[in-house]
Formats: sequence, structure tokens, C-alpha cells
Amino acid sequence: MPKVSLTVNGKPASAEVENRTLLVELLREHLRLTGTHVGCDTSQCGACVVHVNGASVKSCTMLAVQCEGAEVVTIEGLAAPDGTLHPMQEAFREYHALQCGFCTPGMVMSAIDLVQRNPQGLSDREIREGLEGNLCRCTGYHNIVRAIAAAQQVMHGKVKELPRAAE
Amino acid sequence: MYDFAYHRPSSVADAVKLLAADPDAKVMSGGMTLIPTLKQRLARPSAIIDLSGIQDLVGISVSASAVTIKAMTTHAAVASSAEVRKAIPALAEMAAHIGDAQVRNRGTLGGSIANHDPAADYPAAVLALGATVHTNTRRIAADDFFTGMFSTALAADEIVTAVEFPIPEKAAYVKFPNPASRYAMVGVFVAKGPAGVRVAITGAGANGVFRHHAMEEALARNWSPDALEGVGTDQEGLNGDIHASKEYRAHLVGVMAKRAVAKAG
Amino acid sequence: MGFEGIGASVRRREDLRFVSGRGTYTDDINRPGQLYAVILRSPHAHARIRGIDTAAAKAAPGVAAVFTGDEMAADGVGGLPCGWQVKNKDGTPMAEPPHPVLAVGKVRHVGDPVAVVIAETRSRARDAAELISVDYEVLPAVPTLEAAQKPGAPLVHDGVAGNICYDWHLGDKDAVDAAFAKAHKVARLELVNNRLIPNAMEPRAAVGEFDPMSGEYTLYTTSQNPHVIRLLMGAFVLHIPEHKLRVVAPDVGGGFGSKIYHYAEEAIVTWAAGKLKRPVKWTADRAESFMSDAHGRDHVTVAEMALDRDGRFLALRVRTQANMGAYLSTFAPCVPTYLYATLLAGVYTTPAIYAEVKAVFTNSVPVDAYRGAGRPEATFLLERLVDICALEMGMDRVEIRRRNFIPASAFPYQTPVALQYDSGDYTATLDACLKAADWAGFEARRAEAKRRGKLRGIGISTYIEACGIAPSAVVGSLGARAGLYEVANIRVNPTGSITVFTGTHSHGQGHETTFAQLIADQFGVPMSQVEIVHGDTARIPFGMGTYGSRSIAVGGSAMVKAAEKIIAKGKRIAAHLLEASADDIEFKDGKFQVAGTDRAKTLAEVSLAAYVPHNYPIEELEPGLEETAFYDPKNFTYPGGCHICEVEIDPDTGVVEVVNFTAVDDVGRVINPMIVEGQIQGGVAQGIGQALLETCVYDADGQLLSGSMMDYTMPRADDLPNITVGTAITLCTHNPLGVKGCGEVGAIGSPPAVIGAVVDALKDYGVRHLDMPATPHRLWQIINANRPRMAAE
Repeated sequence: MPKVSLTVNGKPASAEVENRTLLVELLREHLRLTGTHVGCDTSQCGACVVHVNGASVKSCTMLAVQCEGAEVVTIEGLAAPDGTLHPMQEAFREYHALQCGFCTPGMVMSAIDLVQRNPQGLSDREIREGLEGNLCRCTGYHNIVRAIAAAQQVMHGKVKELPRAAE
Repeated sequence: MYDFAYHRPSSVADAVKLLAADPDAKVMSGGMTLIPTLKQRLARPSAIIDLSGIQDLVGISVSASAVTIKAMTTHAAVASSAEVRKAIPALAEMAAHIGDAQVRNRGTLGGSIANHDPAADYPAAVLALGATVHTNTRRIAADDFFTGMFSTALAADEIVTAVEFPIPEKAAYVKFPNPASRYAMVGVFVAKGPAGVRVAITGAGANGVFRHHAMEEALARNWSPDALEGVGTDQEGLNGDIHASKEYRAHLVGVMAKRAVAKAG
Repeated sequence: MGFEGIGASVRRREDLRFVSGRGTYTDDINRPGQLYAVILRSPHAHARIRGIDTAAAKAAPGVAAVFTGDEMAADGVGGLPCGWQVKNKDGTPMAEPPHPVLAVGKVRHVGDPVAVVIAETRSRARDAAELISVDYEVLPAVPTLEAAQKPGAPLVHDGVAGNICYDWHLGDKDAVDAAFAKAHKVARLELVNNRLIPNAMEPRAAVGEFDPMSGEYTLYTTSQNPHVIRLLMGAFVLHIPEHKLRVVAPDVGGGFGSKIYHYAEEAIVTWAAGKLKRPVKWTADRAESFMSDAHGRDHVTVAEMALDRDGRFLALRVRTQANMGAYLSTFAPCVPTYLYATLLAGVYTTPAIYAEVKAVFTNSVPVDAYRGAGRPEATFLLERLVDICALEMGMDRVEIRRRNFIPASAFPYQTPVALQYDSGDYTATLDACLKAADWAGFEARRAEAKRRGKLRGIGISTYIEACGIAPSAVVGSLGARAGLYEVANIRVNPTGSITVFTGTHSHGQGHETTFAQLIADQFGVPMSQVEIVHGDTARIPFGMGTYGSRSIAVGGSAMVKAAEKIIAKGKRIAAHLLEASADDIEFKDGKFQVAGTDRAKTLAEVSLAAYVPHNYPIEELEPGLEETAFYDPKNFTYPGGCHICEVEIDPDTGVVEVVNFTAVDDVGRVINPMIVEGQIQGGVAQGIGQALLETCVYDADGQLLSGSMMDYTMPRADDLPNITVGTAITLCTHNPLGVKGCGEVGAIGSPPAVIGAVVDALKDYGVRHLDMPATPHRLWQIINANRPRMAAE
């Protein structure tokens, strides 16, 4: 079986996989990083989004063997070593942008990529359009949009601390 | 997914060699259509020849008269290219709305046109802009390239290497996405350029992308949305499904075309 | 620490693990030596199975076993039971045909499970499943209500004549007929309530495990109610005694009803784990979810309202056909009956109501409760009919509602369809919503939109629902085969921290937070001292689970009752420690205090004394401080409110944009406003989804055309507006917290508001009503068909 070696969340990782093994299967089944989820089989839902070499991708639509030498970041790799959450994770919590939590890892990973690619800042409408590849069945997206709008202010250095949601 | 052999050649020549040696092998560019197809077990290739290791197939160059995009350039790269935005804004704009952000990060121009999904966006740009498709062996005019749904003029061991888009005077793309899949249910690319006025329709046709000659003639006489008033679209040869009848698609072709002309200015 | 008691928007404590990717969903669980199950499903909607050849699959690499329905039946595995029996008009019981876990003899819908392959990896199992050869004799299919009821239609189940499951009614037919005879006007409406596919983001999954040493089975499953699964599967399907069967529902990624039911795959992996003495995991891919999760809605209805000269409702007559699918899912029969027809009074004083419901078997996926379950169907019918009444009478839509509201002074209010509403103030929620949505300013916005070439419309819905399901004796008399109480066990640990074991299950609702707030409030301790445990039959005494917006109303009430018992016992312990009479002890702010003095013992001191009973009234009291309460509600709860939707339609394409959505709901006392708002927003999103986007489509052969997210339109972020939520509450009068529930109001109240808005936008096009979903294609067809007429005018 082919062996794939890559960096996951800053640490070297390798596994023997089949050629048909998907990146998400490598992460979940071989590396036991089960924070990345599978919600569909048609590349629609985005629960499996991770970053590969700095870009968000659907890990259900990429072969593990394509990731030889790649830098992969998953939801488990976002927080600082001391446990401090990424501003996007913190914003999702602060703005109640999740309910069942299943879409959340992919949603957070997509949102980070979206914000990073748009240093000029995004309107609510642009955030909604930017989430085209991620489905959430619980929240109606209202609070996800608010969370991303707040997180981008921190990520772009506009504010030091995440604006608090109203009580 | 059925298992397969996997090759990641580092040159086009090696890729072609692998392809020629194995008639059941399939070329993979971004994999955005191929991998879902494999997951559903709708295809059973003996081998996957992954072009992502070929550095030579990535890049954008712009001359005074054309934008040339190499086949493995991602939609995201095209969308964010300042040069493309300047030379053919409609092309960058179209690339910025293919699929979703994750598809754009992986999906490529070469993969899109070689696959010729009837609901893909790129074929409309290639056809409307009168582009030239470069392969490892030859150059193919857009009008000769798309031969039917999921079908192109590419030979079995031929690989798209780049597409050369002549810079138009005006161009725009407007699409009506399928509400569920967000693929183009109707996409219209209009262009006025060195090759005259060209209108390409994607999403609607049962045989893939096609040129709308009646609209081209009308726009050649008078480049304005009004010129398209009353220019109908033959429903024969259009797709009908649970999301849109042939009649509705034909109607949307007209609406999207007018909007595209208005957008092109 | 800020205020964190009842009424505080405390941030959710479950979120740290979810935003960190550290949740534990069923598919995240991997047991040593685990095998993988793949289910072979029927590609046909209706076919006789002439034979199944599994030899090649059994011989395939990595395959541990292949089982068919005949083999499971031969091993004594029973069919999936139905938990509710509805009776026909003549008192005879409904038709209840067998529902085998794997098909026996016949398949009855696309996706019907036929065989299971168990192998070392999922891919191997899938490879082998393709080697199974099934000899099908394809039969004509009846996938829809219409097809199944045609004279001479093929029978889904031999022996179920006319494919009729039951023909049921409710209400006073004679009184209704009499009222219609003297009506000033009759408003009539035929409508379809579109079939939906739930699509919780987490696909269903199950892991079965067997310990040959103890003979104990464990099932990890994506369930909203693990105890119910244990009861049904243990007692009826696998015949495993409950003490040898543990069911764990860990983190569950959304349910919306679809994860209430006992599904075949749960039984299959548990049974197979026992056969193979190895854990067996099954995880649905999304395509399987589409064809195996219970679907929702699917009604065809004719409704008529009799009105007097002043627009007052005199009587309502409703005839509904409800699609059950191919088999009866766990609670399917009650959805179009007791969760539907009982709601037909709505918020109105309609004095006479008669409803007839015919439930029909078809060659489609079983239909059961989906968010709202029966109540969205009732609300859509009623609110659409009220709009038609306004049209017929030439009255304003708001005015006709006001005129027919049950007044706030009339509670408790007995409806003619069995329910007694305890509280509400419909004028208050209406007025608050009209104001919040700026109803009065709408015509200016319509005119402005018209200048931009857009057709703008506004719609309103004033609704009620019955939730907090439900008084056991009442539902028992109506055919339920279970009680619907809830259970809480509260353990005050020796050092004073509190562990609460609840029979409800959280799959997005935030129970770990809301219930901790509630308990912290009851005991006057910080939330950090409270832990909520749910989802494991080995840890929790019992429970009926989470659905029907019942968790706070029934589960929360059980917690209050258990807390009362703890406090009563604590008072006696404190009295002993303080050498006072128990009657003189009051419990306040976490302290047991002798009234009128400063002598007090903290909860921690009392609990320590209870667990280290050296100085303790041991003759009168047992040591320890742990109590259990089973709370059986006295009545349903009745949340209600008003939803207003504003849309703009692009007449060139038919595209609808929801530009404003405002909800003002009465959900009773609010424990955590942030969570309540989130629940309502999520419900509204599903309601907008039903109204504009989602629908399940079968072709004439019973093939599922909307069988993936490529064809079933899931609401995305850019399909939806910001959703403005407010509350205007009245308290529930019969539970200790005054709570009503908030999980379903959004999905119940919103669809008629959305469709009302679309109809209003198209009023110049001769549109009176539109069925859901109002897709661009359909709207364009309407606009296009009326264009010549519009041009002529």
C-alpha cells in the first residue's frame, strides 16, 4: 500500500493508505482526527473542509495520496498550544453560531479562509455568498454571519478583542 | 470508490506516455468532478494520472492581444489575478463564481473544459471569447473543441495544456444557478471582440455549450440588451428536469443574455 | 462571573468541544476489532425478491459475513414496531403490516434494505455488496398518494385493501354540517403540504458491540431518545433484556425528528455484533440518508371554512390524505392525526371543526415526524385558509385574524378538537410583530420595489402549537403505546457539586447549558458546580427523549420536581444539624437557614453530612443526597405567536428573495434568550426552506429524483435573510417553570407567512394560493401565463 507523508497541524504524520483513500478518511480513520466531518457524498455540505497548503478544500474531494508533502490544518489545529482559541472559534462560541456542532468544523475552516482572502473586509451579504460551500441545518446562518463579521475585525487587526454579542 | 493505480507525473510528456499505455486510465486535474464520480462508483478507471505535479501547467500570461491560462491554473488563481481582471474582467468574474470557494481552490481550467459538463461555466467563456485550446499536440479552435455533452475533440491520449483567450472589447457572463447544486442552469457569456460578436450558452443545452447565432446577429447589428428583445431560443436541444423545463430554460437564456449585455456595457 | 440564572444568555458550555473538533459523534467512535457494515438497498420501488445469491460476496476479500432478511427472521429477529395505534372511524384498528429489518419476500421502496455485508473495511464491504445478486421481479409502483388510491392500484402490502392504513376522524360532523348550511360565505382551499427530507447534517450511524463474558450488548447510535430505542429494540426486535442492552446516543449532529425512530440499521449492527463477536459499525452516506431517513409532511388536503356576515369563523371542515410511505415508522400514525387535527382550531374561536384523515401506504420512504410534525401542516392549512377567507370577505388579513382570536381573557380555552389551551395572548404577539416588522409601512416599500422592477409582498401567520409532549394517560387513550413523562435524577455529590442525569437528549438544543442554568438557579449554586449527563441508558435511570419541543417543559419540570425532593430532604438534614424543626428551615441562595435567624448550613455542608452520616438523623433518613423524579405533564404546552415575512420577486426570472422575516413568539418563560433565539431562527430557516426551496420528488416508477443535495435544495446562507426574533410571553400555567418550548415554533409559524407574502406579491396576477415550494420555475410560469392579461389591463 502506498505511504503518504504530510504535515498535519504542524506535526509530521504518515500513513499507509489505498490510492482510493480520501483525505478525510486519512484524517478520520488513520490519524483519528475526527473533528473533520463527512455530511454528504456530493461535495456540497462542507463539513469536511480543511486547509491544504493554506487554502480551504473539501477533504472528501481530494485523495490522500495527493497530499504527499502537503501542510494540512484541521479544526483540531487552530487553537494555540496553550488552548487559546482562534478568533473564529471564539466568535462562533460568543455569537451562538452553532447548535449541533456537526457543520461547525468545516464552517470555521471555510470562514477563516474566506476572511483571510478578503483583507478589505466583508459585508454580511458577501459573507453569506462566501459560505456557498457550507451547509448548516440548525442555525439558519443568522448567527454564523454575525460571528464571521465579528471575527474578521479581530483577524484584520481592526480591534484587539472580539466584540461581545449583545446580552 | 473502486481502487486504481495512481500516477503523478512531473511532465506533460510523462503524463501522455502513461495515458497512451493504458486506455482505461483517466487524467485528473483538480478532481472536482472526477472524485465525486469515482465516489459514486460511476467510473472504474484502471489508473488515475494526476496532473497536479506538473509545474509547467500552471500560470497566466497576458499579451497585448490575449490572455493565456495554463491548464492546471485554479479558478481561484484566475479569479484573483490582477492581470486577468484588467485584461478580461468577465473571465475573472466568471472564475470567481464557479462552484464554491473550495471548488475554486482545487478546480482547474483544463479539467473543466476537458470534462465538458453541460452545466460548467468555463466552456461558455472559451466558446464566447473564441479561445484557442492548446494541447500537447495541437491547437484547437473553441468552435471545434466542444463536440457534445461530456465530449470534446481531444484524442484519447491528448492533454489540454493551456487556453488562449483573445482579449475582447466587451464581455460579460451571467448565470442562473440551479437552486440545489448551484451549477449553471443557464449561463450566458457574451463577447464582442476580434472574432466579432459571440454568445455562448451553457447549462441549458442537452449537448453542452452552444453558440446562440440569432443573438449574435442581433447584437452584431446593435450591441444592447434591447436588441435581444424578441430573439427566441429554440427549445429543441435544451435540457428539462425537475428544476426547470425546457421552456423556462429557453426563457432564462433570453433574460441572462440581456443582463450579460447590460453588464458588459 | 456574570448573571447566569434563568433569563441570562449564558454562552454554551458544549461549544468548546464543538468549535475545537472534539465532539464525539457516533461515527467518531471506533471500537477495537471493529468491522464495517454496508447495506445493500433496493434499486426498485416495488419488486418481489425471487432469490438472493450472496456466495460471491461472502467469498470476497475481507468479508466477515453477509446476512439477508430471511436469515435474520430465521434467527428470531422481529420486525420494527410502531409506537402508536390509530383507530378507524368505525373503531377498528389501523392496518399495521410487518416492517422487517431486512426485506423479506418483497421490497417496497427505493432504499429498502435487502442485505448487509460486514467486512474489515468500509470499502471492502462496499466492494462485496456489489457482488450480491438479487433476482427481482419488478412490480408496478405507487409512489404517490394519487397513484396509491386509484381504483385497482397495486397493493404495497398484500392484505391492506386500497393501501389504506386508516381512515380516521375527529370533531363534530353534524355541528359542522349545520354551520355550513347557514353560512354567509364559504372559503375553500385545496392544498398540498410538500414532502420533505430532513437532512440533519450528521448522517445516521450506529456501532454495535457485544461482550461475550457478560452477555451485554452496547449500541452507540445517532438517536434523540436512547431509552426508547433500548425499549423497542430490546423488547420487540432482538429480544435482549434491558439489563443486557446499553444504548448510548453521544453527540448527535441534529435530528429534527428524523433521529427519533428506531431504524433497521440499529438492530442490524447490534445483532451482527452478537453473531460475529466483534463490534460492527454502520454509517450512512448521504445518498442512503435520502432514501432511508424518515421523510416529513406529504399531505393533500381540502379545507373549507364557513363564515358569518362579519367574517367570524363558524365551522371548519378538513379532508386530508397523508402519505405513510411503505411502512409505518415508529410514530408515523400520530402525526397526521393527534398532532395535526387537534391543532385545527389554531388561535381562533371556530366553534365547530370536523377533520377526516386517510393515511395511505405508498412505495416511498416511510414518513414520520419532522420538525413540527403535524402542526406545521395544520398551521399552513389554517393560515392559508384564513387568508382566503379575508379575500372572500374583502377583509384585511390582520383584521380577520383579530376578529377571530381567542381573547386573552378566555383561558383556559377548550377547543372543539380536544385540546385545552392554558394560556396565551395572541393580540400581544400580533401587535408586537406588526410593529417590529413595520407592517404599516409596507405599501411604501412595495411601491419603492416596484420602481426597481420588483414585485414585493408581505405575509402574516398567527399560529399556535401543542408541544411539551405529553400527558401519558391522554396520549395512551389516543393510541400511544408509551408513556410520555420525563425523568430526572439529581445527585448532589458529597462535596456539594451537582450531577443531573436527564432522560432528554441534546442534539443541538444546548441542554448542557440551559439545564445547568436551571439547576444552578434551583440550588443557588454557580453553574460551574453543575454537570448535565444525557444520552446513555447505563447512566440515566430512564427517559423518553427529545422531540415535540418537550425537553424544557417535561424534562425541565422533572428536574424541578427532583430538586424539590432534594431540598425537602436537605431541610430535614439541616434541621438535625441546626437543632431546629424542619418546618422552620428555608432554602435560599444555596443555604438551608433557620427562618428568622442567621443560622444556616450550605448545600455542601448538608450533602457532606448526608454522605458522612456521623451526625445525622439515621433513624429517620437514609444517607446520601440523590433523588429521582418522573414528571408526567398535566397538559400539552401551547407556544404561539406571529410571523411576518416580506419577499421580493424578480418577474423576469421568478426568483424570490426573502427580504425581511420577523417573528414574535410566546414560548413561555425563557431560560436562555440566546439559545431560544437560535432555536427559532433555525426553525424559521427550515420553514423558509419548505416554503421556497425544498421538496421530495418521486417519478412514476418510484425513483427518488431529489435523491442528493445536487437535486434537493438545502437552504444555504445566501438563500436566507437575517431573522429578527422577539418574544412576548405568557406563562404556562401547569408546569413549575411556566415554560412552553421553542424548538418547533419557527418551522410551524413561518411557511404560511412566506407563502402569504409570495401570494401577496403576485396578487395582480390572479394568484389566490400557491403550494410549496414556490420555486422560481413555478413563479415564472404563473407570471408568464398572466403576462398577456396584465398587459391588456
